[in-house]
Amino acid sequence: MIEVKNITKTYSQGKDNEFQALKGVSFTVNDGEFVAIMGPSGSGKSTLMHILGCLDTPSSGTYLLDGKDVSKLSDDNLADIRRDNIGFVFQSFNLLPRTTVLRNVTFPLIYAEVNKVERNTRARQALISAGMDEAHFEHMSNQLSGGQIQRVAIARALVNNPTMILADEPTGNLDTKTGEIVLETFRKLNKELSRTIILITHEPDVALHADRTIVVRDGLIISDEKNIK
Amino acid sequence: MTTEDILHETYSALKSNKARTGLTMLGIVIGISSVIAMVAIGNGAKSSIQSSIESIGSNLVVVTPGAQRSFGGPSSGRGNAQTLTVEDGNAIANNVQNVLTTAYIVSSREQITATGTNTNTNVIGTNPNYSVARNIEVDDGTFISDSAVLSASKVAVIGPTARDDLFGVGTQAVGQSIRIKGIQFKIIGITKAKGGSGFSNPDDSIYIPYTTAQRYLSGNKYLNEIDVSATDASSTTQVQTDITNLLIERHKISDPTKADFSTLNQSDIIATASSVTNTFTVLLGAVAGISLVVGGIGIMNMMLTTVTERTREIGLRKAIGAKKRDINIQFLIESVILTFLGGVMGTILGWAISFTVQKLGILETSVTLSSVLLAFGVSAAIGIIFGYYPARRASRLNPIEALRYE
Ligand SMILES: Nc1ncnc2c1ncn2[C@@H]1O[C@H](COP(=O)(O)OP(=O)(O)O)[C@@H](O)[C@H]1O
Ligand SMILES: [Mg+2]
Repeated sequence: MIEVKNITKTYSQGKDNEFQALKGVSFTVNDGEFVAIMGPSGSGKSTLMHILGCLDTPSSGTYLLDGKDVSKLSDDNLADIRRDNIGFVFQSFNLLPRTTVLRNVTFPLIYAEVNKVERNTRARQALISAGMDEAHFEHMSNQLSGGQIQRVAIARALVNNPTMILADEPTGNLDTKTGEIVLETFRKLNKELSRTIILITHEPDVALHADRTIVVRDGLIISDEKNIK
Repeated sequence: MTTEDILHETYSALKSNKARTGLTMLGIVIGISSVIAMVAIGNGAKSSIQSSIESIGSNLVVVTPGAQRSFGGPSSGRGNAQTLTVEDGNAIANNVQNVLTTAYIVSSREQITATGTNTNTNVIGTNPNYSVARNIEVDDGTFISDSAVLSASKVAVIGPTARDDLFGVGTQAVGQSIRIKGIQFKIIGITKAKGGSGFSNPDDSIYIPYTTAQRYLSGNKYLNEIDVSATDASSTTQVQTDITNLLIERHKISDPTKADFSTLNQSDIIATASSVTNTFTVLLGAVAGISLVVGGIGIMNMMLTTVTERTREIGLRKAIGAKKRDINIQFLIESVILTFLGGVMGTILGWAISFTVQKLGILETSVTLSSVLLAFGVSAAIGIIFGYYPARRASRLNPIEALRYE
């Protein structure tokens, strides 16, 4: 479960040049929810995602991840949380170059020093859940299409059984049809495996795939409603 | 991350840019191989100079006429001055303690003729003791005898090279005749080949009684050199001092710095030569060491480039759970593996160079275990030192900045 209370984030570039990207944001996401965070470019979505993903800490406010306050942890502790509790899907540059599909997916487990047999089994399962064909498992990451790359990224985000999967504009680089397939994958993972998914997007159409939409503008939440299907 | 996984990452990173990896490694290969080859050549030169000095004779103190001089100084009068006599030699033999043998020498370069052939070489007039002092062995026939010295016989013992020049390779020469300065000598012996080269090659020398040399060649009663062999290495210094004191007294010299003779101790010569070759080895090693440092800078340059190129990769690794330490180790290992492989190849190449130098007969070389271990140690250290900064830089990248990096 994710509980965010009155979070702010201020970027400062020099003394007189401060910019508040988040101005006090509060919300709760329960396990098994599929939430979209939507807003125009520059509204603070990625900033929020970095904080939710423990890549960054808030300037003020608290963030409880499964009841644990993670807003003031050290770099190494944050790395542990990212490795064990969070799965990321980025818009681009999702996969490590010079590395096979299977190995890409095992990376969170490699850093966790999970043994070889177990990590390969789990990676294969995750790839199958993400809809990847077994024929591609030993392919190099640069031999894949855009849609395949996103699926491998989803598989990697799944492999450590995270509290949530965070996806920042995962369909931003894909054509509509491929985008639909990727969004369907998220949908399926949420329904069939009860994964918590937070989908960040600036497109209302994409946000509609989720069950709930939080709209952000200029660093503030302006609406938080269930999607009507 | 386990060691196996780190090595897997290192391998795929180094393999992905083979040309760059190879060229960077080449810098280390050249550095390490030149250190190994240069030190081997330096050590080889040292032992070959030492053994050639030792082969002259054992525990030798050489007395020559003329003033003492420093190395490289003008050689005015040395060897030509007429101050050493047979009586000096006898006095040394009779009065100085721990003397094994005393050889008298009257030498000059002469034109030698045999039937239809001629050569120009060293003619050494001496006594039987010379063979002991200078380690000369006779292969065929006999060396100069005391009775030949007493009667100033016109007999000669010739070196194998002189024999080959005058009579042809391997010819039976004992019993034949040669002419020195037009005077006929009968060959009574051939010396065993000793090896050696240069101006006073023993294999190219001709030995005759010193009395004969004085009468027919130099025309006076002086000696060019007295070779005194001490009974053991530890007494050479005492023998040298005693000879100096004795001759100063005999020659009635009031100021010892103005002696009309000089003495040279073989161990001093060896010590001087060793210190020269040591300096030479250090110098060669230092020049090679510089190329190693340049190789190390090449490593650092490549690693910094790699870190910049792989900024987003580092960001991604951090996002999916890599700690600072994981990134740091990964890049450090990459640079250590690079230098270590360079070290292995450099050692093989350096060894091959020394081996070739030896095979071609240029110099005896010796690759020592310590220089190989040193090379490995140094190459690993270079990997750590020059990889440290780039690895640290990689590990400190902020994952958000790194992911944003275009
Ligand atoms: N590291 C930073 N330093 C300064 N300003 C930043 C930084 N990151 C983001 N911003 C600013 O914060 C605002 C929100 O950015 P972001 O969270 O990336 O928005 P979104 O993802 O919704 O487009 C933008 O105006 C952006 O310029
Ligand atoms: Mg964004």
